[in-house]
Amino acid sequence: MGFIALTTERREAERARRPPVLLVVLGVLGLAVFAVPFIGLLSRVPWTDLPELLSSDLVTDALRLSMVTSLTATLVAVLIGVPLAWILARLEFPGRSLVRGLVTLPLVLPPVVGGAALLFALGRRGLIGEPLNQATGLLLPFSTSGVVLANTFVAMPFLVITVEGALRNLDRRYEGAASSLGAGQWTVLRRITLPMIGPSLVAGLVLTWARALGEFGATITFAGNLQGRTQTLPLAVFVALESDRDVAVALSLVMVVVSLAVLVALRERWWKAL
Amino acid sequence: MVEGPLGEGLEARFELHRGDEFRLELDLAIPPGRTVALLGPNGAGKSTAVAAIAGLLQIESGRIGLAGVTLDDPGAGINLPPESRKVGVVFQDYLLFPHLTVAENVAFGLRSRGMSRSNSLARAADWLTRLDLAGLEKRKPALLSGGQAQRVALARALVTEPDLLLLDEPLSALDVTTRSEMRRVLDRHLKEFPGPRLVITHDPVEAFLLADEVHIIEKGVVTQWGTPDEIRLRPRTPYAADLAGSNLLFGRATAGLAQVGSHHIHLAEHGIDGDVLLTIRPSAISLHRRPPEGSPRNMWETTIELIEDLGERTRVRTGAPLPLTAEVTAEASTALGLAEGESVWLAIKATEIGVEPGDGRTSSS
Repeated sequence: MGFIALTTERREAERARRPPVLLVVLGVLGLAVFAVPFIGLLSRVPWTDLPELLSSDLVTDALRLSMVTSLTATLVAVLIGVPLAWILARLEFPGRSLVRGLVTLPLVLPPVVGGAALLFALGRRGLIGEPLNQATGLLLPFSTSGVVLANTFVAMPFLVITVEGALRNLDRRYEGAASSLGAGQWTVLRRITLPMIGPSLVAGLVLTWARALGEFGATITFAGNLQGRTQTLPLAVFVALESDRDVAVALSLVMVVVSLAVLVALRERWWKAL
Repeated sequence: MVEGPLGEGLEARFELHRGDEFRLELDLAIPPGRTVALLGPNGAGKSTAVAAIAGLLQIESGRIGLAGVTLDDPGAGINLPPESRKVGVVFQDYLLFPHLTVAENVAFGLRSRGMSRSNSLARAADWLTRLDLAGLEKRKPALLSGGQAQRVALARALVTEPDLLLLDEPLSALDVTTRSEMRRVLDRHLKEFPGPRLVITHDPVEAFLLADEVHIIEKGVVTQWGTPDEIRLRPRTPYAADLAGSNLLFGRATAGLAQVGSHHIHLAEHGIDGDVLLTIRPSAISLHRRPPEGSPRNMWETTIELIEDLGERTRVRTGAPLPLTAEVTAEASTALGLAEGESVWLAIKATEIGVEPGDGRTSSS
């Protein structure tokens, strides 16, 4: 009883103590940096014309394309990014830190530079693009696949970094326990390793998808800006800002709503790992 | 390649290195139905031995065979992966999969070996009932008590009907109050397991009570092996002597009186009847030139068989009627003028005697 009384007292004492004013003021200022732009955006929304604006071809094309490309890029990132994370976390090989640096490079590199690099490698006259084009007729630049590639290039580092960290922190004795129970390497991966890093995996997926959805620089450089084929939401916003501000605002609102909905929904359940 | 046919039980004769520092050398043969304890201090190589036998670490030379199957023989290029070995392991800290329920944990081994989900869950449920865990099927491991987690780990290891049961520090994750109860539960299930059993532990009480045969491992090498009594009465290394020095005695208790051999010892604990393991710290035994006055209920005259100088302390081995090891300060030893072969009075307070319920083992002393 004494212990309970003590903790209650302490809790009340903590509640009664005033937080440092400076800390609160600075924190609120930090919040304002996020909140003010959105308030500005909301203040310009043409609410009455909104249904009409949102149903225009420009908007629906861009929304559909953004969803398809960002989700495809996320899927591609899972298929090749998780194995890459596994290699970085589990295998010892010379030059591993160099590879790790290379993986994180897209995080710091201006996306435009990434787009240009993609063009030099995979463009019509690119190092791999030219023989690829001659052999298969495939042309990545200015195609929807090119958008997916640009998205993957820019966004996959988030997945690789998150998953690699989780794999490093995982207590590997659990995997040993699973194999002693008769589980082969794939079964261990599927039933133990991946579920145990589940929260980090989902967090990485969300970050990757969010980054892909917002991708602009690499996309416009590598894939161009063709409505219905490579013009994603951010590109459409950029174009609309020049021609029709109301459309730009409507498009921006769509992005804000979609992103916020996904982030809030996932945050509760999954996103504790970050 | 190691020559010779393999026996029915576990035969592990191997060597391996970890880094430049550590080398493990083991030579164990456990027939079916026999329990061997590998007893040693932390860092002696016990967990390395578990990993090697389970196939999680590769041995460098020697051979590991189980139930007539060669698991490892580097000379012949044989190294069965862990999933192909029929070794049931209860790991240190149990390592129950945190994202699976209790039933899914127990069913894991069956599922991995290709049994359908419903059949494996049904078999898991049977084992959970056998281990008094019915009703906990849907629970996640984080919500289990230490004793429950231990039994789930045991069920998970036993459900696949392995050829060897390997327990790595099975009781060290438990608190002291549940440990002796869980040790009895464990002992019962060990005895029901038909194959060879290997218990890895740093706790002499655990080793002496659970095992038929104790192997003492120090710095990667087995320094002594034998029955618990052989090790207790004839320790051959300082570590073994320390274990022996802690005075572990098997006896039978009735209403606060324990019979050890032909001798009787008064206990402060009246609640435990039947087979017991008594532990007496050497420093809890006092030595006197004349019959001591005061309250000690256990005192008798004996002869000094051996005196060991430990620096500030002196270790004294006494003889009949009940061989014990006492430790006194060097000062006291000098003041008493202790010498080998002389007679001396020995006293132990009943409250200084630890009592653990034992399991049908009687001492030869």
